[in-house]
Amino acid sequence: MTKPAMTTAAMAAQGITLDPVDDSTIVLNMGPQHPSTHGVLRLVLELDGETIVSVTPHIGYVHTGIEKEGEYQSYLKAVTITDRMDYVSAHINNLAFCLSVERLLGVEPPPRGQYLRVLLSEIQRMASHLVWLGTHALDLGAMTVFFYAMREREKLLDLTEMLSGVRLMPSWIVPGGLRGDVPEGWFERCKHVLDDLPGRFAEYETILDQNPIWCERTQGVGIISADECLGLGVSGPSLRGSGVAYDVRKASPYSRFEDFEFGIPVGAFGDVNDRYRVRMAELRQSREIARQAIERMPDGPVSIDDPQIFPPKRADLDRSMEAVIQHFKLWSQGFAPPAGHAYVPVESPKGELGFYVVSNGGFYPWRMHLRAPSFMNLQALSTLCRGRLIADVVAIIGSLDIVLGEIDR
Amino acid sequence: MTIPNVQIGPLDLVTVLPYLSLAIMFGIVLAVVPLLTWFERVVLGLFHDRPGPNRVGPRGILQPIADGIKLFFKEDILPTSVDRRIYYLAPVLALMPPLASCAVIPITELRIRMADGTIRTLPMVAADVNIGVLWVFGLAALQVYGIVLGGWSSNNKYSLLGGLRSSAQSISYELAMSLTIVTAVLMAGSLSLVEIVQAQSGGIFSWNILRWFPLGLIAAIVYGISMVAETNRAPFDLPEAESELVAGFQTEYSSMKFAVFFMSEYASMVVVSAMATVLWLGGWQAPAPGLTIIPGVVWFFGKIALIIFTYVWVRATLPRFRYDALMRFGWKRLFPVALAVLMLGAVVDAYYTSPTAKSAIPAKPERPKPNMMGAEGAG
Repeated sequence: MTKPAMTTAAMAAQGITLDPVDDSTIVLNMGPQHPSTHGVLRLVLELDGETIVSVTPHIGYVHTGIEKEGEYQSYLKAVTITDRMDYVSAHINNLAFCLSVERLLGVEPPPRGQYLRVLLSEIQRMASHLVWLGTHALDLGAMTVFFYAMREREKLLDLTEMLSGVRLMPSWIVPGGLRGDVPEGWFERCKHVLDDLPGRFAEYETILDQNPIWCERTQGVGIISADECLGLGVSGPSLRGSGVAYDVRKASPYSRFEDFEFGIPVGAFGDVNDRYRVRMAELRQSREIARQAIERMPDGPVSIDDPQIFPPKRADLDRSMEAVIQHFKLWSQGFAPPAGHAYVPVESPKGELGFYVVSNGGFYPWRMHLRAPSFMNLQALSTLCRGRLIADVVAIIGSLDIVLGEIDR
Repeated sequence: MTIPNVQIGPLDLVTVLPYLSLAIMFGIVLAVVPLLTWFERVVLGLFHDRPGPNRVGPRGILQPIADGIKLFFKEDILPTSVDRRIYYLAPVLALMPPLASCAVIPITELRIRMADGTIRTLPMVAADVNIGVLWVFGLAALQVYGIVLGGWSSNNKYSLLGGLRSSAQSISYELAMSLTIVTAVLMAGSLSLVEIVQAQSGGIFSWNILRWFPLGLIAAIVYGISMVAETNRAPFDLPEAESELVAGFQTEYSSMKFAVFFMSEYASMVVVSAMATVLWLGGWQAPAPGLTIIPGVVWFFGKIALIIFTYVWVRATLPRFRYDALMRFGWKRLFPVALAVLMLGAVVDAYYTSPTAKSAIPAKPERPKPNMMGAEGAG
């Protein structure tokens, strides 16, 4: 006995409309268990043959209540849950949260800390873009690029591992600076990895750009105008692909990004290919910024010297009773920023990412809200897919570069 | 090479040969499928700069056996809403054509010393029918039924879309493929696969791929592209496009039924590669007269291996076509090219191939025909 998967009323409640008279279209449930919805995105597609009549995204399958959870953590501990949102660019999530908290506190890390943050966020951006490139290419059937991109990403993650001991969830950037300075030999290894990258990027482009099938799959597909992008709140490379030169690193520089020379690559047509080209240009640009950061790395401490905010060094715990007390207080109770609210956006690999943190003067954030770029970018999906083919849907999802952990949070 | 006597013990080699060839071809096709999956993974690993299979046995060579055992013991799930009879029939329908095609594909040529001391050259083929090309081609067309019916009976939208894609794709690319096959038939002047190979004797320059240059080459390339599309392999793997249709027509298949589909895909890869070898690369013929020391069977399977390597190479390099681009490519590029090559080929055949050249084709040796596949009545 077969039962309909969903009643008509339930479908209507979810915004799926089926014309009972003319059933020339079929409704296809794409996801949440589908190989190319980049996690657990569920799309309800209404199809006429293979042509998309409408797309309704359904989200929430990895909802973990991170925003609410933030209200029950001290500021120092809340850093660790920010890793779990956009899990392919953890450093940048940490940075966004810490910048908002630091604005609440009215503190700023020393220059070396700022520059290291820039370096880490650019390394993370490259790692994130490599995940995007690999999965996007895999969705379009170019399997080899996936393995190549993952190979390079692994080297970048090794840098994070050497620094913090973990590959994906470092929580290395904390309010007041970084948990520690880089280990010995880290810069040399970093330079070595960075020197290797341009040749690799050229390799990906050789496989993809000169391939007529790739061009056919990406050019003229999923076009969105700059106005539509701005109306829907699309940001990041997806917005720049449509020709809007908006980059948070330039528009409202944070963490000393104003000290670095870099341009804003923009696209001309706003199609999948433009978004691809913008990200490829950003890969090179991130490498360049990272190189500049290493060259200009100032000496000095990486974090503020304020025992009220930043935990004492491990070595001090053996010698100083004061340090032990501070350490205990900081990890059990935390610090209490003055009442107020702060929102400091950063440029994440997906777009404008920012934590809106409200403090009522207590030890926990009163409210922690995330402006998730993936969430905004996903809104463009319905517009982009209408009238296209199923194969284009996966190309368009890939080109928007969404991470469901960030959307559902 | 020593020439075997016709009488080996109680067996008469002339009588046994067709059955022997069939057994070899069947055995090779079925035994090569697991080996092929391993080969594909190893080669893909090399292309991808990763180790590839290396856990089970040396260099992972036993991996296919492990996979086979796993598939065999997997639960055979029968979804409640499937059309049971067709659902069970579909994998069989998919596997049958490539196996049946083996009957007419000549492996090599054997020289046999007859009882009276004369030496005869016999093709090693199960049935040397004079419509071999049509037989293979007809079966290739049948294969799509397995996929379409599998997609339809599964009662799953992904399967259905996969099946639909497959039927449209097969029909489109069969046209271009058949036109190039006709070109090859024109070159050889026969529909018998044995005669097509025999007509290509005398080194690489008499192979069809280099005959009527560049017509043969173009036709071979068109055949090669259509061949990949026919077997639903990357970049034409739309019927089972993983990133779009989950697993396409085989989404609802599990355990051995899935394995049979899998086998059918690889078996048809072997068969179309064997056909490409026969039609364009001179079958068992050595590329140069001096190289005839190496037995024809080695050349035959070597050429097939080369083509299959190209399959994997293409898979590692190219992204997947989109449905409409696939259709456009089939109808607007391949089909006209194949047609033009055929037309020009016909002109060349009519005006430049002298009757003496045709008589140079070695005459088919007389021998009692095995009564298989209705070969007696055909023709």
